[in-house]
Formats: sequence, C-alpha cells, structure tokens
Amino acid sequence: MNSKGGFTIQRMLFGAVLLAILLVTPHLLSFHHKDLLIFLTINVLAVCSYRLVTLTGEWSLIHAVMMGVGAYTVALSVNHFELAIWFTLPLAGVAAGLVAALLCFPLLRMTQFYFLIGSFAAGEAIRLTWVEFVGVFGGTSGLRGVEAPIVWGIDFLDPIPYYYFSLCVVTICLIILYRIEHSRVGLTLHAIHWKAPLAESVGVDAWRYRALAFILGSFFAGIAGGLKVQYLGSVTPNQFTIGFMVFILIWVIVGGYNKFYGPIIGVVVLTIFDESIRSFEIMRPAIYGGMLILSILFLPLGLESIPAKLKFWFGSGTSPDEPPLSDQ
Amino acid sequence: MSILEMNNVTKQFGGLMALDDVSFQIDEGEIRGLIGPNGAGKSTMFKNIAGFYKPTSGSIVYRGVNLEGKQPHTIAEMGIVRTFQETTLFQELSVFENALVGAHIKSRSNVFSAVLGLDRLKQQAASEKVMDVLEFMGLTERKDQLASELPLGSQRALALAIALVSEPRMMLMDEPFAGMNAEETNHMMGLTRKVRESGITIVLVEHDMKAVMGLCNYLTVLNFGKLLAEGTPDEIRNNDRVIEAYLGGV
Repeated sequence: MNSKGGFTIQRMLFGAVLLAILLVTPHLLSFHHKDLLIFLTINVLAVCSYRLVTLTGEWSLIHAVMMGVGAYTVALSVNHFELAIWFTLPLAGVAAGLVAALLCFPLLRMTQFYFLIGSFAAGEAIRLTWVEFVGVFGGTSGLRGVEAPIVWGIDFLDPIPYYYFSLCVVTICLIILYRIEHSRVGLTLHAIHWKAPLAESVGVDAWRYRALAFILGSFFAGIAGGLKVQYLGSVTPNQFTIGFMVFILIWVIVGGYNKFYGPIIGVVVLTIFDESIRSFEIMRPAIYGGMLILSILFLPLGLESIPAKLKFWFGSGTSPDEPPLSDQ
Repeated sequence: MSILEMNNVTKQFGGLMALDDVSFQIDEGEIRGLIGPNGAGKSTMFKNIAGFYKPTSGSIVYRGVNLEGKQPHTIAEMGIVRTFQETTLFQELSVFENALVGAHIKSRSNVFSAVLGLDRLKQQAASEKVMDVLEFMGLTERKDQLASELPLGSQRALALAIALVSEPRMMLMDEPFAGMNAEETNHMMGLTRKVRESGITIVLVEHDMKAVMGLCNYLTVLNFGKLLAEGTPDEIRNNDRVIEAYLGGV
C-alpha cells in the first residue's frame, strides 16, 4: 500500500541475520543460559498473546493464570494419558481458550478497572483451586514427571532440541497473531478500542469481539504454559502468581504496546538486562526497578519508540509522542 | 409509506422526563428535521432509535419490526445507522481504515479466513466499496491520512462515509453542521442531499436553522420532551408555539 516495497532486500537481510542469531545463540551459551533462552522464547509468546487481549483496550490480570491452565492441562494429560507433545500443546491452548470462554460471561460485563480487578479475582480463584484440590492438582507442590519424552529420536530433555522446538512453535503462533492483528478482525479490535459506540453503530458486536480477543489471547497463553511445563517437568501454582503477571505487564509496557514487536523487544531487553546485573546480588531488584522507572518516565511509548525519538532529535522526524504523520 | 414509527415513546431518567409520550412517523426517502431548543430530547430520541437507550415505555417500529430490546449492532444490521455529535471518528486510524470499519456488516472476516487469507475476494470488494464512497465524499486524496489530521469539514464527511459504507436504509445524523463555517455548511448540505438521492432516508438533528430549512421537507419540533409541532419548513417558521419556544429565535 505504501512505499515499503523498496526495503525488501533490507528486510530479507534483517530476517536472515535474525534467523542466524536465533539458530546459533544456544550453542554459545552455558547450560544455565540455555534454560533462560528457552524461558525467554516462551515468554515472547506470553507477551504477544497478552497484547492481543489488550488490543480492545481491556487489560486483564489473568493472563499468567491462563498459562497455568495450559500447563496443568499438559501435566494432567501426560500423567493420566501419556499424550505426546504434539497433542498436549494444542490441548493446552484449547483448555485455556475454553476457560476464557466461560469467564467471558461474568468478566466482560465489566470494563476498565473493574475488568482488571475482576480478572485478577477470577485468576486467583483458579489458582487457589490448584492449591486446594490436592488430589487432582497436587496442592502447593504441584504435579511432577511431565518432561517431554523422546519423540522421533529427538531428545527433548536436552535444552538445544527443545529450544529449536519451542522456537518453531512460538514462531508459528507469532505469525498467526500477526496475521490476526493485520486483518479485518484486528482492525475491528482497534476500532472497538478507540470508539466502541461508533463501531457498534455500524454493526460491530463489541462484546463478541472483546470475547474473541480474550479467548484467542488465552489460547496462545495456554500453549506458552504448555511449552513451559513440558520443559520444566513440573508445574506448581506458584509459577503463575500475580508476581509473574506483573512481569508480563512490565515487559509489554516497557517494550511498548502500540506495535506488534514492542512487547518482544521489552521481554528480550529486560531479560538480558536482568541477567547482566546478576553479579550485583542484593542490589539487583533496586537496579531493575530504577531502570523501569527511568524507561517509563523517558520512554512512555516504550523501547519500541527509540528509533523514532532518535530521528526526532537528530533532524527530520516528527515527535514520537505525537501520533506519527502518514507517508504523504 | 412510513419506514419508522414512534408510538408513545417515553424515556425517564429518575424524575426527569426526557421524552414524554412522543409519537410521529417518518416516511421512506425523506429528509426529516428533528429540531427543538436545548434539552428538548432530540439526542435522547436518537439514542432510543439506535438502541443505545431503551424507552421507558412506548414502542419504536422500523419497517414493521419492533426495535424493543435490540442491541445497537443489531439495529445497525437492520439498516439504521447513526452518526455522532462532535467529530466521533477512529482518530488513530487512517481515513481508509475508518471507512473500512463501516463495511463490517457486509464483509466481516472470521479468524480462520483472516489468518489463512481465504476471503481475499470479499475483502477486495470491501476495499472497492470503501474507495467508491470516499470518492463520493471527496476524500480519495486523503485516504492514507490519519483521521485526526483532517480539517473539520473532512472529518464530518468521513463520519458520513463510515455510515454510508455500511449501506444503511436510514441514517440518523446528530448535529452534522455544528461548528462549521458557511462554506463548510454549504458543502455538507450538498453531501447530505447526495446521500438522500442515493435512496437513504435521513433524520437530521440540527441547530443550524439555515441548513435545516434548506434540506428538510418536513420538520418535527420537540420541546421539554414533548412533541410541539410538525409541518413543512414554512409552516414551522410561522407556527406561534414554535416561535414562543425559541423565544422568537427562528
């Protein structure tokens, strides 16, 4: 539609470099960092699926728990039916999507802060179910022994094959999420965010689209949770507390939620940053927190807005805090 | 033949009677003016018709169907589309995208065909429809601009375009001329006539009397939530009760 065509070669080059980095990185890392890389890959899916939920303008606090629903689904299906990873992951997504679909009825009667608090309460209710129903969910110590088995000669207990596997799964999910956002469905979600009554006046059922975003976002959160538990081999209620939810929020906000790739930048940069200050020991949370405050103060649109800001300071561009001008 | 019938419509907010037993009919193909002093209940009437409010009592019948209990999006699908006071647009979307949202009823996409690209033909048809309407509204050159960057006149034209893309049978226009200068008003009057000539019934709430008198073939006057008078522009202009309600202001 606009003059992006001229950049094709540049884009292909960028893609090739990115692919090379993604493929080579695990071989250069220590065992501990390989683990971290896998969790980072999974967290990329967590933040991108969360962004889909926020497209309609509603921010939930249940996304981490939806990952947990996926994780417990995988754990139960492995423990009881010994299902292979090809089946458990889609099942994790479907389970989280179904739970989200049921929760739509009470939760989507609310908007804004009420939705935020309502989703938090619903999430805690689900999480406490895992704690209290010890017979089924194993209580606070959770469920164990759900490592991904060796499939087709691929040993998923080894971090490198598992990393490649999760990279494939996450990439497929990201492509789907990207296509949804850039389709008519995505346009309708944006429209509901900016002016719900106007969208309704031309026939958009805002409630259904909010529900759709919530269910789809939860579906992909479930897959992320499933990926996590198949690598860790165990699942506990403590992995999906409000604490982890706050991390998802921070990654999305610091990265910038206006663009598809913003949250990805957020989770990658903050994970690397957090790891690089590991040697500061007890000062680590303070440094991390300080950096968050600085980035939110000076980059309210997120890390994603840095290139536009630089362009503004060094010449031609428009202020990134204003809506950008179109190509014309 | 009447396309819309208001039968004893009453809307009460606590102790306030916003609409008090109002009945009138609108014929297919007319431009009906709905006028009255501030607080007369004009916008409340619109919101009741479009499903944003539910009447306390009485019924609104559109082409033989009672609209009671219908959601705004259902009423839009039945062919009644409203535009809003001020400039209500998707400010952060481009002109083209704004109008494309209007094509929702005819060309909505589901997630599967969106991801797999299965409905390309339908989407192409929607794009063509949008471009036709933008052309009709004189917005073709501005199609890639953000809605927030448009001058007032073009913003109002875009609001009309969004409504038109949805191919309504009836359009409720809420103060489309507010804040416009003489030139913009003339342009907008031309656009409104064009819309009506394309076969769409228009109900117009407006304070700009020059525009109302110039456009409408029949007027309905509300005052304090009650029906005050009905008639042609000339009859209304000379109606004593109307003049009194406006304190001689017509």
